[in-house]
Amino acid sequence: MATKVVMEALSPTMEEGRLVKWLKNEGDAVKSGDVLAEVETDKAVMELVARGDGILKKRIGNEGDASPVGTLLAVIGAADENIDALIAGAGTSSPAPAEAAPGAAQEEGNAAPAPGSAPAPGSAPVPASQGAEAVQQPAAARTPAAPAMPQPPLPPSGSGFGAPGSSTPSAGAPPQDGKRSRSSPLARRLASERGIELSQIHGSGPGGRIVKKDVESAVVAPASAQRAAAQPKKAPRFITRDGDYQDIPNTQIRKTIARRLAESIGPVPTYYLTAEFDAGRAADMRAQLKELGDDYKVSFNDIVIKAVANALSEHPEVNAWWMGNHIRHFNRVHVAMAVAIPDGLITPVIFDADRKGLGEIAAEARDLAGKAKSRKLTPEQYTGSTFSVSNLGMLGIDEFTAIINPPEAGILAVGAVEPKPVVEDGAVVVRQRMRVTMSCDHRVIDGATGARFLQTVKRNFENPLLLVI
Amino acid sequence: MASFDVIFIGGGPAGYVGAIRAAQLGMTVAVIEREALGGTCVLWGCIPAKALLESASIAQKVKKAAEFGVNVGETSFDYGVAMKRSRAISTQNSKGVEFLFKKHKVTYIKGTAKLAGKNAVIVKGADGQEEQHDAKKGVIIATGSRVKGLPQAGLELNKTTVLSSDEVLVLQSAPKTMAIVGAGAVGCEFADVFNAFGTRVTLIDVAPGILPLEDSDCSAELTKAFKKRKIDVIAGAKIGKVKLGKDSVSMTIDVAGKSQTLEVEKVLVAAGRAPNIEEIGLKENGVQLTDRGFIKINDKMETSAKGIYAIGDVAGPPMLAHKGSREGVVVAELLAGKSGHLVNYANIPNATYCHPEVASVGLTEAQCKEKKLDYKVGKFPFSANGRARTSGETEGFVKIIRDSKYGEILGAHIIGSHATELLHEIVVARENEFTVEEIDLAVHAHPTLSEAVAEACLDSLGKVIHA
Repeated sequence: MATKVVMEALSPTMEEGRLVKWLKNEGDAVKSGDVLAEVETDKAVMELVARGDGILKKRIGNEGDASPVGTLLAVIGAADENIDALIAGAGTSSPAPAEAAPGAAQEEGNAAPAPGSAPAPGSAPVPASQGAEAVQQPAAARTPAAPAMPQPPLPPSGSGFGAPGSSTPSAGAPPQDGKRSRSSPLARRLASERGIELSQIHGSGPGGRIVKKDVESAVVAPASAQRAAAQPKKAPRFITRDGDYQDIPNTQIRKTIARRLAESIGPVPTYYLTAEFDAGRAADMRAQLKELGDDYKVSFNDIVIKAVANALSEHPEVNAWWMGNHIRHFNRVHVAMAVAIPDGLITPVIFDADRKGLGEIAAEARDLAGKAKSRKLTPEQYTGSTFSVSNLGMLGIDEFTAIINPPEAGILAVGAVEPKPVVEDGAVVVRQRMRVTMSCDHRVIDGATGARFLQTVKRNFENPLLLVI
Repeated sequence: MASFDVIFIGGGPAGYVGAIRAAQLGMTVAVIEREALGGTCVLWGCIPAKALLESASIAQKVKKAAEFGVNVGETSFDYGVAMKRSRAISTQNSKGVEFLFKKHKVTYIKGTAKLAGKNAVIVKGADGQEEQHDAKKGVIIATGSRVKGLPQAGLELNKTTVLSSDEVLVLQSAPKTMAIVGAGAVGCEFADVFNAFGTRVTLIDVAPGILPLEDSDCSAELTKAFKKRKIDVIAGAKIGKVKLGKDSVSMTIDVAGKSQTLEVEKVLVAAGRAPNIEEIGLKENGVQLTDRGFIKINDKMETSAKGIYAIGDVAGPPMLAHKGSREGVVVAELLAGKSGHLVNYANIPNATYCHPEVASVGLTEAQCKEKKLDYKVGKFPFSANGRARTSGETEGFVKIIRDSKYGEILGAHIIGSHATELLHEIVVARENEFTVEEIDLAVHAHPTLSEAVAEACLDSLGKVIHA
């Protein structure tokens, strides 16, 4: 039985890949798991491995050519096997079969350039002129584990069941995002009547189908969430909660805010909060650490990341994703940092940054930046962040705004640390200052919420001793 | 001594189906059976009874043949021949199960089994020899049930005048008169059979109507149909004095304070079945029973003793072959480590094969009332159905009970020709949570009896076309 070698989705956002180099020749014996070729994805150079045993009978893909995910690149078969039919069927580019690209954001079509890793400098959010293509910044783009795009809500069910002329809301009409959630007609009807989004429900029927009892038990769930909220508040930092996150159902006002704001400004209704931090103590700390040797070196950015991470653990409402139908508050803090690379930029992630020491963060940040520049990051290293930090201070930028990485709700743009005149006790003095601008997704973070969070970041950054206790 | 993954005790519809499924899933399987494969269903229940009912149906049709322009001349009916035909079909089916066992490599061990711990069974063969067999993954008890008579009413089974269905199935000829005590599925089916073969039948039940578990509309419709065929139906009856003669039985029957005496050649006791729980060693092995004497199981067919499972009649009502078969499939899948789709006990169809047939699934209207559900009823009579008219079988109707708000099919009750076949459209719909609207959306071929199902659904929506 011959095995097809196809262009696989090697990163969550990959739609096509460039065959860099064949590592096996026609006629070579290969085993499942052997590396056949190097493939350049949108993010990195990755390895394409064999999915079957046999002889590499035929190489179809040419080095240097880019081809869409799912394209036949080679055939593995038995020595005496006739594979002509397989090759003949190769054609131009067969679309990726579902199993060839698990979790890939196939439905996104030609998404806007540099999705998901674009805290590019510049003030404007996605220009409106890019229209529909740009509208859906893929929620799933950076996170293989994340659910795909939210389901569109059910069509309205007309004037109640069985009323004259109310045909079933096209009973089985699948949502248009290509990832259909399976549900029974009765479950759909119940959900639509009760205003429950099917995408919020876990299906327990055959093959994960959503059935009546799933909808009924989904109604009960919010009550238990309230109970959890009523528990006494623990210490603000290093809060331990069960699971990785909580999904907070959207209230009507939240839905209205989301809809109205998006209509007004674009797919991610962003606003900006700017503040100036005093960097005196941070600078002193850096200097002291530097004197202890290179092993103890930390950058301003490392301190910012730590300050942000600790603040996020105190403000879960900012450490959140916009999921379309609900907001996801994360219990863990994963901070992405934008790294410029020759042909773009990428955002490697420091996982659990709130729990890591400053030194640990500094070492990890150096390592990740190095890997990013040599394009050696694996998808796990640049997906799953809950908040991002972009720093152009080293390039002499005083102040800028960054673009949010959906489904994250915020990004902090950090400018250069510079001496500036400030008024202290009625006198003008020179102090080391740093300007930051936080871009906030208004659907998730309201103005005051963002401001309070930024206050905490400021407190943490201006009192770096807080970051080591 | 042999070693298997699983051993089923009992080769009826629960045990043999479970065994085949288990073998399909790669387990080594043995079935221990003391009589013959197929159980009550194949040997003493469903299959032979349905063969006799087919004879009865032909008898009924022949009586009406002239109306259809078919003159058959003189006719006579011979119960003995019908009985022999039914036995032949029964044997054929039992052999069929043996063939399936060979095909799926299920070992058939003849004998009587006793539990020996959770992983072993001792089998006593016909020669009295005992042998122990191991079951590494589990032992499944599928010993079924048996008729038990009504000794408390003076109707102890005696194999001559007071009979169970087992004996009735092998009668050489139809008696002149027969009282059938118990008007559930079995009672109604035999009333149908013996009526067709010329017996004067009196059908008696303590409940206020026949087929007491069915919707009262179906019960009333069947009573009407039976009375038309001169079957005496006495509901709400209490049996008083019973006198057993040599060739006859006389008994007094009290209905609403009035007493009457009935003298018949044979009495068929069609009420009461008892689970076969004796001599398996349940108690010694820690297998608990329910208050009603069935083996207590959970939704994974596990008994109170680890490694011992129970399925079918012995594990509790409804005592239906298809319920047992499904439990067999589920237990096999669970033992194979698959997360089986557990048995949906709320969606097990009921079927009575008398003429007209009665079939149902889900709640009756009385149960909906009791549960204070907000429901709507749709009904369509076969007298308004083209196909039913062509075959001259216009008795009966389809009744659909649906939830007022969401259209969920709460219950379906069909009485009429081929009702037991028609019902499955609704069973599939309910299993998939289709509502009455999806039934209507599916185009039904014309002319078919199935159109009546769609029309009843439409009627529940106030949109019926042909009535």
